[in-house]
Amino acid sequence: MRQLMLGNKAVARGLYEAGVCFISSYPGTPSTEITEEAAKYDEIYCEWAPNEKVAMESAFGACLAGRRAFCAQKHVGLNVAADPLYTMSYTGVNAGLVIGVADDAGMHSSQNEQDSRHHAIAAKVPMLEPSDSAEALAFAKAAYEISEQFDTPVLLKMCTRVAHSQSVVETGERNVPVKQYEKNIAKYVMMPGNAKRRHPIVEERTKALREYAETSPLNRVEMGGTQLGIITSSTSYQYVKEVFGDSVSVLKLGIVNPLPEKLILDFAAKVEKLAVVEELDPIIEEHVRRLGLAVTGKDVLPMIDEFSQNLLAKALGGEVHTGRTLSEQVPVRPPVMCAGCPHRGLFYTLKKNNCTVLGDIGCYTLGAVQPLGAMEMTLCMGASIGALHGFNKILGSESEGKTVAVIGDSTFMHSGMTGLANVAYNQSNSTVIILDNSITGMTGHQQNPTTGYNIKGDPAGKIDLEALCRAMGFDRVRVVDPYDLAQCDQVLKEELAVAEPSVIISRRPCALLKYVKHKAPLAVDTDKCIGCKSCMRIGCPAISMKDGKARVDNTLCVGCGVCSQLCRKDAFVSTGKEA
Amino acid sequence: MQTKNIMIVGVGGRGSLLASKLLGHLLLSQGYDVKVSEVHGMSQRGGSVVTYVRYGDRVYSPVINQGEADYIVSFELLEAARWLPYLKEDGQIVTNTQQIDPMPVITGAAQYPEDLVEKMKAAGAKVDALDCLALAEEAGSAKAVNIVLLGRLSHYFDLPEEAWMASLEANVPAKFLEMNKKAFALGKNA
Repeated sequence: MRQLMLGNKAVARGLYEAGVCFISSYPGTPSTEITEEAAKYDEIYCEWAPNEKVAMESAFGACLAGRRAFCAQKHVGLNVAADPLYTMSYTGVNAGLVIGVADDAGMHSSQNEQDSRHHAIAAKVPMLEPSDSAEALAFAKAAYEISEQFDTPVLLKMCTRVAHSQSVVETGERNVPVKQYEKNIAKYVMMPGNAKRRHPIVEERTKALREYAETSPLNRVEMGGTQLGIITSSTSYQYVKEVFGDSVSVLKLGIVNPLPEKLILDFAAKVEKLAVVEELDPIIEEHVRRLGLAVTGKDVLPMIDEFSQNLLAKALGGEVHTGRTLSEQVPVRPPVMCAGCPHRGLFYTLKKNNCTVLGDIGCYTLGAVQPLGAMEMTLCMGASIGALHGFNKILGSESEGKTVAVIGDSTFMHSGMTGLANVAYNQSNSTVIILDNSITGMTGHQQNPTTGYNIKGDPAGKIDLEALCRAMGFDRVRVVDPYDLAQCDQVLKEELAVAEPSVIISRRPCALLKYVKHKAPLAVDTDKCIGCKSCMRIGCPAISMKDGKARVDNTLCVGCGVCSQLCRKDAFVSTGKEA
Repeated sequence: MQTKNIMIVGVGGRGSLLASKLLGHLLLSQGYDVKVSEVHGMSQRGGSVVTYVRYGDRVYSPVINQGEADYIVSFELLEAARWLPYLKEDGQIVTNTQQIDPMPVITGAAQYPEDLVEKMKAAGAKVDALDCLALAEEAGSAKAVNIVLLGRLSHYFDLPEEAWMASLEANVPAKFLEMNKKAFALGKNA
């Protein structure tokens, strides 16, 4: 059936049709929907793992057991899973194993703009790169054929514009190939003696894959005008076709590692000038140069941000569209914590106490933006706790009484636990705050090991954060309600004051969770409001100033009451209408 | 047919994904090649969001650039103004007149510009502005702003009413269908 399908959903469909039986992933924009959509097929076992490394190792175990397996992550997630990946390249697979990785050029929802093709090259595994949903589906299936034919894990690389764009696909039937597990110590036990014998196999495999890439239909030449020949892949291919149509010739690469040589040389010989159009790093371009060809690429195209048709037209000579402009500046609209977000009260307390806050990855990273401005470092998943430990070890009493790490429940499970183990083991006087909103929020509400539910919403094992922290050796584990500012303030002061490490769990479910019952929205008694703007300090999108008085947007307000605790005139009143 | 471009712009988390889903369904049913590009994740948390809908004989790029949009459908007035440079020379803006203050306005670091509809018209844009929130509430739910806007947009399309209704039926839950049909009609006839 011809239908419009999100790129990530098309990958999930491809996995279904390829007979995949096991998927383990950790959510991360823009990769999350692959696993969410796959979980809708009853035939595929799907799960959220605590992190990408565990997910990839689990998928490896499933492929070893003889069923096609998959795991997905965002680009930075592949860093976490790089350890198993680089050695799985040596062991190879039993049933097919494909690893989805989604890059985020333009950093719509990421902390860096790394190009995951480097991982494919460094790990010496093939990488396929679809340019729309139809290819996402087809390439997912092709990846399993390559995986089993060449005995290798295969990377399937998405990017935001392919992952989060819908285009037309045709679906097919599911077919489930099954293999038997056979003990093979020389292949699967990577100790030095065995690994030494596997490495040459990896190098030979790359040669064979390069030969395969020369003639594979995943790479194709579209001859048009021969004045300019463009080598491209992924969403860049779409921009090239949009701007130049058939006026140029195109070598469209679906396999971006390893890159073909003869195919590129033959293509170059047919055109007068050669250009490479690729987002982020000049990987294809440098390969082309090593073949001794003159080529245009990053000399005219940027290494930062995503491309577009206008950008290409400007750089390579095409029609550039321009629009009209308004005579006046339009204020920016940055993302904000939602009205009723439980993180808000906690960050307000941290700011009020003038704390140095080392942060982590999640919705609560928005604690860094004004007017809260209450976060001073964010690096990667789990880094807050490690960084706090190092910070306090150097500054000692100078920082211990006013510095904290903040980390979400899902991020803590992902890679915060090991940081906390280090605090316990090497004994820094650190205060770690776990922001437990009972869900993985930023990526769109995925369950995690602390929520008690699995990917399908069914009851699952539930890790008790307090018991876990105590088992690690923390005697001081406190729980606060972030809607209660007085309690947050008191507990924070106490834990910063004591001369031993402590954990504060700030617990309240995400305000957007469907099961959360909200109070009636608040309203402002304009007779009482003196316009002091105390309530504006928390950066709630539901509160604004109108004619010198505070005003509450009753379509946004969920009655959390944090603002009313700041009001000295008791001007916030309940509207009494439960949402 | 040359590719046509519709931008749906607004504030994160307020129903633009349903609008683009419905449009995609509609245009596919009319035999076009269609691409829809969305924003997920961090950008959704109350920030400025944009969804691109493109259709024609063969659509390549999933995104719309400056000066390319045939239609800009806006859930909020400031967002219509923000994306104005994306409007084609003879393009049409269909916008809700609702104003939602962004954080810099809330904190007092910036002012919400006044008379935006007039200013956009002065810049040469064709602007169809209506109070979609009031119409949505009249239909039965403040959440139906998206459908009111689509009803208004349908005004500019030469497509049979049944096709719009079929897409509405395929994309909204049955229990809200009548309310959404009313919202659509209110937008169309406003």
